[in-house]
Amino acid sequence: MIADDAKPRLPRGVRLREDKVRDRWVLLAPERIVKVNPIAVEIIKLCDGSRSLAEIVAGLAERFNADPERVGADVRGLVASLADKRMVEL
Amino acid sequence: MSATQPPPEGLLAELTHRCPLACPYCSNPVALDAPRLEMSTDEWRRIFSQAAEMGVMHLHLSGGEPCSRRDLAELTAHAVAVGLYTNLITSGVGLTRDLFDRLVVGGLDHVQLSIQGVDAAQADWIGGYKGGYAKKREVAAWVTAEGLPLTVNAVIHRGNVEDAPRMVDLAVELGARRIEVAHAQYYGWALKNRMHLMPTREQTDRAYAAVEARREHYRGQVVIDHVAPDYHARYPKACMSGWGRQTLNVTPTGKVLPCHSAEIIPGLEFWNARERPLAEIWAHSPAFEAFRGFEWMQEPCRSCERKAIDFGGCRCQAMALVGDAAACDPICTKSPHHGLVAEIAAQDSVGPVEGFAPRRYVREPV
Repeated sequence: MIADDAKPRLPRGVRLREDKVRDRWVLLAPERIVKVNPIAVEIIKLCDGSRSLAEIVAGLAERFNADPERVGADVRGLVASLADKRMVEL
Repeated sequence: MSATQPPPEGLLAELTHRCPLACPYCSNPVALDAPRLEMSTDEWRRIFSQAAEMGVMHLHLSGGEPCSRRDLAELTAHAVAVGLYTNLITSGVGLTRDLFDRLVVGGLDHVQLSIQGVDAAQADWIGGYKGGYAKKREVAAWVTAEGLPLTVNAVIHRGNVEDAPRMVDLAVELGARRIEVAHAQYYGWALKNRMHLMPTREQTDRAYAAVEARREHYRGQVVIDHVAPDYHARYPKACMSGWGRQTLNVTPTGKVLPCHSAEIIPGLEFWNARERPLAEIWAHSPAFEAFRGFEWMQEPCRSCERKAIDFGGCRCQAMALVGDAAACDPICTKSPHHGLVAEIAAQDSVGPVEGFAPRRYVREPV
């Protein structure tokens, strides 16, 4: 379980990029191109090492007028799976 | 099909075939391109710009040893500037501290470092370069201290197969985020040296299982990409994720290939990036068109339920082992020639590792 005060960030060598040729967003990492859906794009943009997980969840829940618990589950799920692939650092 | 061909995601740039190492399983062709015929800085820059424009995202700066190019930092900076994700595939030998610093300033994204063995004696013997292992450790330390992602690439063969799991431990010790444990693929120099490199079935199975066991152990610490030993497999690999589907390869002299080994297939017409735009080559070059889609397939591939999974396997392997590039890759148990693969693997795994032909450039007769 990721702590509320963890401050996720993309490590060096992992970049969120708009792929204009294919009209999509991707995370570029060593030997990996991960397609990123629009919700995940919003989450990843906030993973800059300055915000805690709790702040990211609260911010997104407010901005999209969504249930914080559901947003929290989405954010944790995404961050955990990216951390496993070493595409996010905590 | 050409008009709707989706763009490639990756480009492997073989900047040069020069290399201080002499690994007997090198994937370069046995006939290496002469240094004097290599493309200029401007030619490579133009190709990188075209690649980014057509939708390439990953650029693999490879060789030979890419650090043998004096303009490597300039080329890397240009690639970054046009939006490509840059991956330096290096032996570490020839990479000076000054060059490394210039690559970092230019925006290099990732370093993939080859390791030939788990200690100096083994690694320097296989690589044919004394002091190579120590140099690699030094380079690994530069990369991790800088905070750049490091991948260790370890090719597994009979000379180091028992150490395959220790390669993973070594990668972790060096601070790698990722390791590629690649059982040797028999093309180029590796095909020439197959009788010195092929492990036995038992060695392969043991090594494979031991590396897999490390996966859970190092979860979240290192990502393991495991390239299966295909002579001992049931189904062929989806070579290049399918011919002309996702990646292209540019040789030191500008030839554009669907894969690094494609030149062994007779009759294919390769176009050159010196003469034509990359997008045109990708869409229309006869070599790329030759094995796209499913029309070219023979049985058992044509009616096979796996044809969209493995695309009939590897064309170069079908060529090398069966003599027909359009045949089913004989690695597949459905191939009528599958028996041959086990025969070769058994035959080639009994002799000594010693005696392999070290990879080197042989000057062509004038």
